Amino acid sequence: MNRREFIKIAGVGAGSLAFATPLFDFSKGEVLAPDVHPGMYSKRTPTYCEICFWKCAGWVHTNDKGKIWKITGNDDDPHSNGRLCPRGTGGVGMYTDEDRLKTPLIRTGERGKQVFREASWDEAFTYIADSLKKIAEEHGPECTALFTHGSGGHYFGNLLKAYGSNNIAAPSYAQCRGPREVGFIATYGEGVQSPERVDIRDTRCLVLIGSHFGENMHNGPVQEIAQATAKGASIITVDPRFSTIASKSKFWLPIKPATDMALLLAWMHVIIYEDLYDEAYIEKYAYGFEDLKAHVAQMTPEWAYGITTIKPDVIRETAREMANASPRVIIHPGRHVTWYGDDSQRLRAVAMLNALLGSWGRRGGFYNPAKVAFKQYPHPPFPKPDRSWKDAFPGKYKLAGLALASGICDATVPTTERDCSFKAWIVNGTNLIHTLPNQANTLKAIDALDLMVVVDTMPMEITGYADVVLPECTYLERYDDIRVSPHREPTIALRMPAAEPKYNTKPAWWIAKGIADKMGLGHYFPYKDMEEKLDWELKQLGTSLDEMKRIGVKKFKREEDDLYPLQNLDDFEFYTNTGKIELFSTAMEDEGYDPLPKYTAHEEPPYGYYRLIYGRAPMHTFSRTANNPLLSDLMDENSVWVNPKIAKEWDLKNDQYVWLENQDGVVSKTPIKVRVTERIRFDSVYMVHGFGHTNKKLSRASGRGASDADLITRVHIDPVMGGTGMRGNFVTFRFEAGKEVAS
Amino acid sequence: MRYAMAVDTRKCVGCNDCVVACQTENDVPVGHCRDWIVEVTTGTYPELQLEIRSERCNHCANAPCVRTCPTEASHYAAGGIVLVEESECIGCKACITSCPYDARFVHPEGYVDKCTFCAHRVEKGQDPACVSVCPTHAMVFGDLDDPNSEISKAMATRKWKSLIPEAGTDPKVFYLL
Amino acid sequence: MIEEIITSGRMNPEIDPVLHVWGWEIPLYLFLGGLSAGILIFSAYFSLRNRQDELPIAVKWMPLAVPFLIGIGLLALLMDLSHVLYAWQLFTNIRWESPMSWGAWTLMIITPLSIAWVAIWMEDIFPKWDWKFDEVRTAVNWLQKYRRIMAQVLILLSIILGMYTGILLSAFNARPFWNTSILGPLFLTSGLSASAALIAFFSKTEIEKRLFTRIDVILIGIELFMIVHLFMGHLAGTQVHIQAARMFLGGEYTVPFWTFVVGLGLLLPVSLELLELKHKFIPAIVPVVLIIAGNLALRFIVVSAGQASRWLY
Repeated sequence: MNRREFIKIAGVGAGSLAFATPLFDFSKGEVLAPDVHPGMYSKRTPTYCEICFWKCAGWVHTNDKGKIWKITGNDDDPHSNGRLCPRGTGGVGMYTDEDRLKTPLIRTGERGKQVFREASWDEAFTYIADSLKKIAEEHGPECTALFTHGSGGHYFGNLLKAYGSNNIAAPSYAQCRGPREVGFIATYGEGVQSPERVDIRDTRCLVLIGSHFGENMHNGPVQEIAQATAKGASIITVDPRFSTIASKSKFWLPIKPATDMALLLAWMHVIIYEDLYDEAYIEKYAYGFEDLKAHVAQMTPEWAYGITTIKPDVIRETAREMANASPRVIIHPGRHVTWYGDDSQRLRAVAMLNALLGSWGRRGGFYNPAKVAFKQYPHPPFPKPDRSWKDAFPGKYKLAGLALASGICDATVPTTERDCSFKAWIVNGTNLIHTLPNQANTLKAIDALDLMVVVDTMPMEITGYADVVLPECTYLERYDDIRVSPHREPTIALRMPAAEPKYNTKPAWWIAKGIADKMGLGHYFPYKDMEEKLDWELKQLGTSLDEMKRIGVKKFKREEDDLYPLQNLDDFEFYTNTGKIELFSTAMEDEGYDPLPKYTAHEEPPYGYYRLIYGRAPMHTFSRTANNPLLSDLMDENSVWVNPKIAKEWDLKNDQYVWLENQDGVVSKTPIKVRVTERIRFDSVYMVHGFGHTNKKLSRASGRGASDADLITRVHIDPVMGGTGMRGNFVTFRFEAGKEVAS
Repeated sequence: MRYAMAVDTRKCVGCNDCVVACQTENDVPVGHCRDWIVEVTTGTYPELQLEIRSERCNHCANAPCVRTCPTEASHYAAGGIVLVEESECIGCKACITSCPYDARFVHPEGYVDKCTFCAHRVEKGQDPACVSVCPTHAMVFGDLDDPNSEISKAMATRKWKSLIPEAGTDPKVFYLL
Repeated sequence: MIEEIITSGRMNPEIDPVLHVWGWEIPLYLFLGGLSAGILIFSAYFSLRNRQDELPIAVKWMPLAVPFLIGIGLLALLMDLSHVLYAWQLFTNIRWESPMSWGAWTLMIITPLSIAWVAIWMEDIFPKWDWKFDEVRTAVNWLQKYRRIMAQVLILLSIILGMYTGILLSAFNARPFWNTSILGPLFLTSGLSASAALIAFFSKTEIEKRLFTRIDVILIGIELFMIVHLFMGHLAGTQVHIQAARMFLGGEYTVPFWTFVVGLGLLLPVSLELLELKHKFIPAIVPVVLIIAGNLALRFIVVSAGQASRWLY
């Protein structure tokens, strides 16, 4: 009986039959779904997603021919709650992309010219091992750095540590969330962490400053915002752009860009002087309240109005809205917060505002995440390096908690002041050309290197500059470390291969181990394969690889019942100098930074220029998904959002292509489509980050849209921790290409 | 039994997950799609409104595509789901021109293709793929004839609209306002 | 400002950004169908009036072209089918609500009938014609006896065929420009006009020429009336119909339609024909070419504009 006949019969009254057979046979942990629908006879293997760092756990479904069919969420996973975002669902495209890196490559021509020869893995390993040994002998192993974004970083990190360097940087720190961690640690002695410890699910008021959830598809918060608003929570969105979430907010504050600090201070003013703050909470936990009160005395809504263009009554009304919800209120710390160079201080203000409203450690505010104590497969202790990247910046960025990708980049460009610059980079899963601001500087640094190894799944701009390119297989084709993430409940998740690696690609662990073997460092990777390593590690937690293969995600009980440790004004010792929530930061004061955040006026766009604001689209992650066939089908280029008034001035029409030129005369390498829309302020333009690829090997992404990274040549460095503020760039429109030839 | 879908425009953020999920679930060839997202912005900065809709075949009760099909390829299946039987479709495209929603297209293999409400899943009691992945749970699928179904309740308690009802198609995809 | 965009990159081939699933094949098919219908109607009608000897071109000669015209039309239709190997499915069902279906069935009957109709005139127009086989000869002789009934059936089916070429489109209420029942009569009239012009062109006698020129003038007059009516109907309709009409009243179809269809395809030839009737010398080829071109243009423009017209949203 074919499907149609079946349905026809069902239509005449046998409908109940249709629901008699269950799809899944869970007893075996595999889906066996005999079905007439092509490809429906499937098997599922657990994974966690690698398209963004949210790392949602899910299932990879393969059909009867062993072909990967689809990826769905794992119901037991608190990151995804059984539902992936479009990128996770579209992860299949990463596997099927025919433009993938296919075999190891060794450069034969000039850097950046993309002239390579194919090599065997052994050849490539020998080349890398020899170069690294030479660098260690001539300059010391500390002159090698790792840039990483993604799961492979752990193995290359271990390789680097075994080799004798600790310089492991992720652009996710200094180019993204670093200031947030610093601001919160200075206030609470603890950072926000990832996934963010925000209890959106139970909040009654969520304040978003420049965060554009919905377009930014961080799965957890987007899901929880929908849950919270369904229960009546209100959202206050501060954004110069009418973002998706702004459209769903009770209040949208179309702020003048770069003035958020004034708004935060005015809110604190209202909350303190209208006695809206949580008195008992502040009394018990806070240090420096009177200092703060005096500090914001003059920072009235009227004062802020002149700066932010937000009307005083709106500032008051929104402050009261937050206070009414207190303590179930979240002034969200955001994630990509490197904007204007005073970002650590702005995030301090965010942390302080949350403290005034008593939301830290409370239900509907910030919860206390827990994760399992995870024991790594044992290996010999790593040698202790003599130097670190911080030596290159004496007296600077004293509160930086992690290595700065941009800092290492700067310390690679040789100067007379420094006796040692970086000589080798290993780059894994991050396209530094688009990720780091100030491309000219990045290229200068790359030029000075003796060795650059790029490990990636796709040809990117950065691979063009590599000496050795190592093709990593995608996350669907490999084992990786167990995902151990902090959440309301501790969980672990397994990633295992759903299919054999395509082409001559290999998993990162195998690559790192291979290089280590060649360098005589094999004993730091004392396992035969990942199954051995993972099984050992999982057994320490009372589970096993076999069990995890069946369930994918395992939840554990919290060791202590302290999800909301301050819920009832319980005693609590914060990890700060005073043991209290530091409204007045002693750590900042000790290091010579402002102990209370101040408003600083930032530069405004010159006449005829517009502030360049960049953000995200829900179907793409940075620049890494632009070539994914499933995702590029949804969006294959970005556009520049222009207010109709500005469009009229420049006579710009929808869908017309223009070039953008910034304040330093740098012109975008590729043209970009104009989108005339009311959704953007007249003093700014907006574009989605991650487009404008110039690597011709990306058949779908090359030359499509423009790259904001090209135009971010002016960087405002955060003196506290070295974050790279990137929102201080201004662009104007050009109707012809720049003189620079695209590389 | 009358299957229908309701999309909550308050919850939908237009993330496109429904579109990708449909693509992989149904092996829809790249370059084609059975569902799509529409964003409508009205107003002048800063007084603005945005409506986001996940759209697809409306599985109309009075489906012009079924009417104009010269063979019986386009037909009503159980629960009013409008389907195309590939082996009966001649590719005349009358159904495509007759659809006010532009929901149909010619599959590269020649027959006309469109959203099936994931009939192959629905017959097993599952939600269509788009509904099952929606991160904000913005979509509800179910039986309008069952007053206790989630969709009946949503339709009873919320204001809603459907697309171009004035075309006389009696669409069965609803938008909760 | 209202900004309405599809944000999921939808670009279904031939659907986006504007529907264009039907190219040249369908309008050509509609034109040939209408022309065939027109020829058969005139032939059958005047044979019923027993004027076959007075009007030999109309009654005896022109139907010769019909099987070829229908053949080419069907070929065009087949070329348009994207799943053509399944075309036989058309004849496994009769779907009364689907103009495409009853069009197919009408053609299925009218095609052999038109061949039979040609056959009964063969010996008349080619006196030396020999059917070669006795069976054929007997069959044709047998058919001769039923000429009147055949003619009546042909008229009926041809009217259906001629109307169908328009109703095929007007059945699609999703395309507001097509969604007017006047398209059926308009296309029928237009098909009749084209065949009248052709008959007038080929006719060798003054009687036949003048008769069909006169008929054509009347038909063009009716056509013009119906075109005016079409727009009046749309403009008195809903917003989408008004917008559809506006494509022709200032919109992108204004120039091609009013120039090529109305001006060069109707007004100019009808003026030339009127002059001809007043015994002014007009090269015979001119009006017929203009009319046929206008006829084709009408169908191409209507098929294209209909696809471009849509419901608001």
